[in-house]
Amino acid sequence: MSANEMATNRIGQPARMRAQSERPSETREHWYLEPEGTLRARVSNLKFWYGDGTQAIDDVSMPLVDKQVTALIGPSGCGKSTFLRCFNRMHDLYQGVKYSGSIKLLPEDENLIDLDPNIVRMRVGMVFQKPNPFPKSIYENVIAGLKIRGISKRGVLDEIVETSLRQAALWDEVKDRLDQPALSMSGGQQQRLCIARALAVQPEILLLDEPTSALDPIATAKIEDLINQLSGKVTVLIVTHNMQQAARISNYTSYMYLGKLIEYNETDSLFTRPMCQRTEDYITGRFG
Amino acid sequence: MSTSREDHLHHISQQFNSDLSKLRTNFLTMGGMVENQIVKAMEALENHDYELAEETRLKDKEVDQLEILIDEEASRIFAKRQPAASDLRLVISVLKMVSDLERIGDEAKKIAKFVFSDFDESGNLVSTPRGYVEARYIAKHVTSMVRDALDSFSRFDTQMALRVMKEDKRVDEEYKVAARSLATVMMEDPRNITSCLSIMWVLRALERIGDHACNVAEHVIYMVEGQDVRHTPMDKAEKVVRR
Repeated sequence: MSANEMATNRIGQPARMRAQSERPSETREHWYLEPEGTLRARVSNLKFWYGDGTQAIDDVSMPLVDKQVTALIGPSGCGKSTFLRCFNRMHDLYQGVKYSGSIKLLPEDENLIDLDPNIVRMRVGMVFQKPNPFPKSIYENVIAGLKIRGISKRGVLDEIVETSLRQAALWDEVKDRLDQPALSMSGGQQQRLCIARALAVQPEILLLDEPTSALDPIATAKIEDLINQLSGKVTVLIVTHNMQQAARISNYTSYMYLGKLIEYNETDSLFTRPMCQRTEDYITGRFG
Repeated sequence: MSTSREDHLHHISQQFNSDLSKLRTNFLTMGGMVENQIVKAMEALENHDYELAEETRLKDKEVDQLEILIDEEASRIFAKRQPAASDLRLVISVLKMVSDLERIGDEAKKIAKFVFSDFDESGNLVSTPRGYVEARYIAKHVTSMVRDALDSFSRFDTQMALRVMKEDKRVDEEYKVAARSLATVMMEDPRNITSCLSIMWVLRALERIGDHACNVAEHVIYMVEGQDVRHTPMDKAEKVVRR
């Protein structure tokens, strides 16, 4: 039986009902929901050390539900960005880093940690805090990943450029100036272009590391709306400092603290009736 | 996460603490006012005290003003603070309970109005004291329910809120019994009908006050436990509150 089947079979009753029947507790250290639905990935007992021996992730296990948005929240330095970066092996660029545990992609049941980082990065897309388009045209930016994969037919590329830009809610704004430099666009547009670039290669998982923290409220609203639209189509894992943002755009939320996962729950439950005191303290601003 | 009453005073933002505690204080002030109104209205009714009845009626305007103020404060908190979890439940519950309190005030006003119907045009007392004993008894009962509901809010005491919910069932019974006996009186002598009907309205108002106290208690349980116990059987509500 695959881990994926196990996840669905183990549940006798809907997740929401179980969450209802269990009581929140002041003394509970952790609380993990076993979600309904297919999983895209499952992290098991993941630990991570930086080159200097600092342990940034301590025994984190959580599922990633297919075609849903999962948000990671937590105070600065809690390891949420480190955790996110494990998903595309970004840390491998530095010397001496160490992983233990697994990030299994489902249903293939392949451990991301054991794969070639270049393969991993082809399968898992990422968008960063600051927009980082290549100093090329808008069109060239979107097809950058496809060219590496050897796709060169103009017709195919045109089609993918349009779909990706539409998915990133950018098509209507740029369709008449695809040949213009990407850096001539506004910050919000650049960020959406980066999302389009990541979507063009149809990633299995899309990682977003605080994608709106460098943007103004309107550009932020557009990106949030875009993420809402991606829910149901792409599996998204997003790190955000803005708790309201996590509440608005995600289906599931994980609260991390000091490298540990404290609570993994449906977003609606986590923000109205968290199961752990530490989550409650953080989301209500009583932390510290 | 079930919460205790001090929880709302431990935010990093002192301003948020003071916003929430102001909301709670105003709500409890309003609660004290309506509780007082029931007592005054009943006193006016029993003593045929025209002036006290008028005073009670006027007091309702203050209650209405406080309702508006609390609603404003709550919406300001939503807009500025985006409360979550227990804070969110506190503000939502206050918003809902405030309209119950306002209704309780209205019912008290209704009772006070019946003092005027006790007199005919020339100012003579017309009503017979039938049904007054029952009304006094039920009034005492619902007043203590309102007080307990407010106490359960101020102490975050769900056990007490549960007791209020149970008391409401008893008040409903008491109301039925009183209505039945008044019906008998009316059947015995049709001349009693007018006075019996007016005291019947008083009983009805008191029974409604009990319902509103029960609503307040239900919101207190939601606020503390995060689970909605409205329209659920009593045994389920008990399970939510169990410790």
